[in-house]
Amino acid sequence: MSWLHNNTVRAVLAFSVMALLLFWVGSVQSWSVALAIINLCIVSAIMALGVNIQWGYAGLFNVGIMGFTALGGLAAVLVAHAPVAEAWRVGGLGILASLALLLATIVLGWWVYQRWQGKSYLWLLMTVVVLLGYVLIRPVFAPAVEAIESVNPSRTGFLGGMGLPIVFSWLVGGVLAACAAWLIGKVALGLRTDYLAIATLGISEIIIALLRNEDWLTRGVKNVTGLPRPVPYEVTLQESAWFIGWVERWQAEALAGLSGVARSEALQAAVVDASSIAVKLCYTGLFSVVLILILSLCVLALNSPWGRMVRAIRDNETAAAAMGKDIKQRHLQIFVLGSAVVGIAGAMLVTIDGQFTPGGYNPLRFTFLIWVMVIVGGSGNNLGAVLGGFLIWFMWVEAEPVGFWLMDQLTSGMAADNALRVHLLDSAQYMRVMVMGLLLLLVMRFSPRGILPEQHRKT
Amino acid sequence: MDVLNALVLLANFVLVPALSYGAQLALGALGVTLIYSVLRFANFAQGETMAFGAMVAVLLTGVLQSVGISLGFLPTALLTLPLAIAATALLCLLTDKWVYQYYRTQRSRPITFVMASVGVMFIMNGLVRVILGPGDQYFSDGERFIMTVPDFRVWTGLEEGLALKTSQGLSIVLALLLMAWLFWFLQKTKTGKAMRAYADNENLALLSGIDPQRVVRITWILSATLATVAGVLYGLDKGYKPLSYFHLLLPVFAAVIVGGIGRPIGAVVGGFVIAFSEALITYAYKKFFMLLLPAEWAPESLMQFLSTEYKSAVSFMILVIVLLVRPTGIFKGKVI
Repeated sequence: MSWLHNNTVRAVLAFSVMALLLFWVGSVQSWSVALAIINLCIVSAIMALGVNIQWGYAGLFNVGIMGFTALGGLAAVLVAHAPVAEAWRVGGLGILASLALLLATIVLGWWVYQRWQGKSYLWLLMTVVVLLGYVLIRPVFAPAVEAIESVNPSRTGFLGGMGLPIVFSWLVGGVLAACAAWLIGKVALGLRTDYLAIATLGISEIIIALLRNEDWLTRGVKNVTGLPRPVPYEVTLQESAWFIGWVERWQAEALAGLSGVARSEALQAAVVDASSIAVKLCYTGLFSVVLILILSLCVLALNSPWGRMVRAIRDNETAAAAMGKDIKQRHLQIFVLGSAVVGIAGAMLVTIDGQFTPGGYNPLRFTFLIWVMVIVGGSGNNLGAVLGGFLIWFMWVEAEPVGFWLMDQLTSGMAADNALRVHLLDSAQYMRVMVMGLLLLLVMRFSPRGILPEQHRKT
Repeated sequence: MDVLNALVLLANFVLVPALSYGAQLALGALGVTLIYSVLRFANFAQGETMAFGAMVAVLLTGVLQSVGISLGFLPTALLTLPLAIAATALLCLLTDKWVYQYYRTQRSRPITFVMASVGVMFIMNGLVRVILGPGDQYFSDGERFIMTVPDFRVWTGLEEGLALKTSQGLSIVLALLLMAWLFWFLQKTKTGKAMRAYADNENLALLSGIDPQRVVRITWILSATLATVAGVLYGLDKGYKPLSYFHLLLPVFAAVIVGGIGRPIGAVVGGFVIAFSEALITYAYKKFFMLLLPAEWAPESLMQFLSTEYKSAVSFMILVIVLLVRPTGIFKGKVI
């Protein structure tokens, strides 16, 4: 348990402050708001853990976190949404056939690559294979897509999912993200370190473009709403007798002095409030289980021989290679693992929203913010990443009202319709982007090890 | 005649737009490649630097228009270029002083620079949106076209028309002039030679008395100049949208790597390669074939390889293929 020693005081202190902040929100704003923030804090912490695996353990710079998050979100749709039978009937066969053809093309390409490897005309052959695949797939794929998208376009217009419990999608999201990461890692790892950054930026843009435009799969910008929940609905709780009875007992003191209509109204309000809190608590419980599971795995991995090897590679690649470590393979492994964790978090995010909105993914919120979390929390330290996830998400959410208030105070001397005042109030929300950027640069410069620094063991 | 018509059609929808877009990309890519060869990192903030330059131009254009100064048939924004370049260069120099210089003295790994540049990118992004607001801006004025479709039809008697927008013409001409000047500067002047020497071998350059601070400063100024001109031209051509410059980053990087990172000539060629591939792959060839082929052979579908939403995917595909086949790019850049 050496990881507890040196940092313990710092960690306890930092997490206590975090708890106090959340408690303050709970008592000043409302407990419902505080719980909503906590839930997203947990998701952010998991994302930060994934990025920490890549950056903190191995020094791999991934600028495409958004793409892996979105793939996790796609998994939630594919797993949990009910299948659209009509769409499957008209276009399912075409889509499956195109998939089979795509697979065949890839297998053919692989075979050609193996057979004529090293020959100068190999790339000509590969081009022919790709063109052949394109010509074969297009006539099967295009009509199927058209048929699917014309099935009740205002309600469905896509294939739907498998209708399985949405919790299952968290795993699938991780697998999808891992596959994308493997492809990118194969291409970009082993070249200059900047190339991975550029390639991940590219893949995330492509994934978002795909999700926005392939309506047959994701409904595109029409969004998929009403995904099933892993927890009960507020309305169900409000109508069930046991829940009302439970709230009655819980609020017995407050209700005691009231009678008649006033009492039933107060009870009604209490039940509505309690149901929203209960649902959020259910999410908090589920998410905490995932967070604790991933965190413990991370801690175990980092303290294992594998973790020592990974850190050795990060700190001195040449020396590690001289010791017989396969650097490219280890980097690929870490990149895939980290992306899988991000994918899991992405699926969880869609789960709690209950909807999948491809238009809502932007690099500020889903790539950059996670980076700030890892750097501020302490790269290389798992608890640090979790702390960063909590702290930065809290700041990001609370910065908007605070920034607005600040701008309002600063410009309070001006008339209400003063152009500068209106402009500043409008752009207050972009201030927090700048603040986050500044925070990143300041921490990188003056405290590069973050709030909870990585532990250097003596053994 | 049909063959001519088909060619004119292709020129109108592929050649001219790709030439002007390629020129804009090439300027952006030159900026990235200069920073890369001298400071040795991929500058993620280049797209936002372009946005910043364009923002200054938008603001100054507004001021000039309100005073009543214009440039006749050319867009007023051209008048604002010198000031916009100065402002952007100042911003870049300040960024270098406050952010990158420390890591240079620490001799940090390249990836630390890249990360810092991502931080800078988001600060600039926020800055631009705070100053100019999140909306789109159209600041192009003057004549919209150098040659319109009807003019061309009357002039040649062909059915298909070829239009040349002022912004497109300007992009091509300005970019070519700037590139020619840059290559002359790098090849012939003492400062340019010092820059190349420093890029080639830092220690040898220091031994022969080259002032590294000066080289770095000049590189930032050049990069800011290229970024501003590229940003303003892109803004004139397609309208100023704050996020579009972020999306320009991927094609710019693709251009740099395709050409060979750290090679100015590679950046130019790469820019045009990316622009032409994007245009050729996302263009719908239906009408082109209808003109060329007899009526009974006419295609039914749009004859489009990929829909226009996947433009960024095209540059990424080319990037991946280049990384797989020839990671050094066309002109053998630095890879490891």
